[in-house]
Amino acid sequence: MDVLYFAWVRERIGIPRETIDTSAETVAELVEELRAREDRYAAAFSDITALRVAVDQQLTDFHASLDGAREVAFFPPMTGG
Amino acid sequence: MDIRVQQAPFDFGAEASAFSQGHDKVGAIVTFTGIVRDADSGGLATMEIEHYPGMTEAALTEIAEQACARWSLADALIIHRYGVLRPGEQIMMVATASRHRKDAFEAAEYLMDYLKSRAPFWKKEHGADGSQWVAARDEDEEALTRW
Repeated sequence: MDVLYFAWVRERIGIPRETIDTSAETVAELVEELRAREDRYAAAFSDITALRVAVDQQLTDFHASLDGAREVAFFPPMTGG
Repeated sequence: MDIRVQQAPFDFGAEASAFSQGHDKVGAIVTFTGIVRDADSGGLATMEIEHYPGMTEAALTEIAEQACARWSLADALIIHRYGVLRPGEQIMMVATASRHRKDAFEAAEYLMDYLKSRAPFWKKEHGADGSQWVAARDEDEEALTRW
């Protein structure tokens, strides 16, 4: 699965994207896996209320299923316009 | 419907003029353009706009389709830039065309409200005091509740 990071999430983790092997069934489980990896992930995911998530480029929430998902992206609230 | 996500500047006048041509049943064109605003202290050097290629185009198309479903529009245009911009540069524009102005105005406001907090762009300000990500504003999220 491809995991993408944008804005300050990308800066805290230090990479824009990575491919990982995961058995996580939901976004929340994936976040727990990532948090446990290293401090930089724990820092980026310390407060998920400050984050948004997209699965296969569709905005969703942290309870969303990852069944069949190819791409998950984490980022702060968007500031377009 | 025309959706463009680009690094290059655009010519607002030329875009507005081109958009207004070729619609014989249209009585109203509304355009909005957003510009990089300097800080009150004048300390903004550049604004960097990051986006999520692929999702950005899909999100903008979905927002425009929703506007077309809700209001009677002959056409809609969204141009949004990314990359490094300076104060005074145009960031984005929307344009809507309809028979009557109410639809064109409301649809343009809807596009702007959704662009602000549902299109995957992030702004970072670079200035003399360092760099910081622009935080999303609660009122931008609240603005969506009126639709």
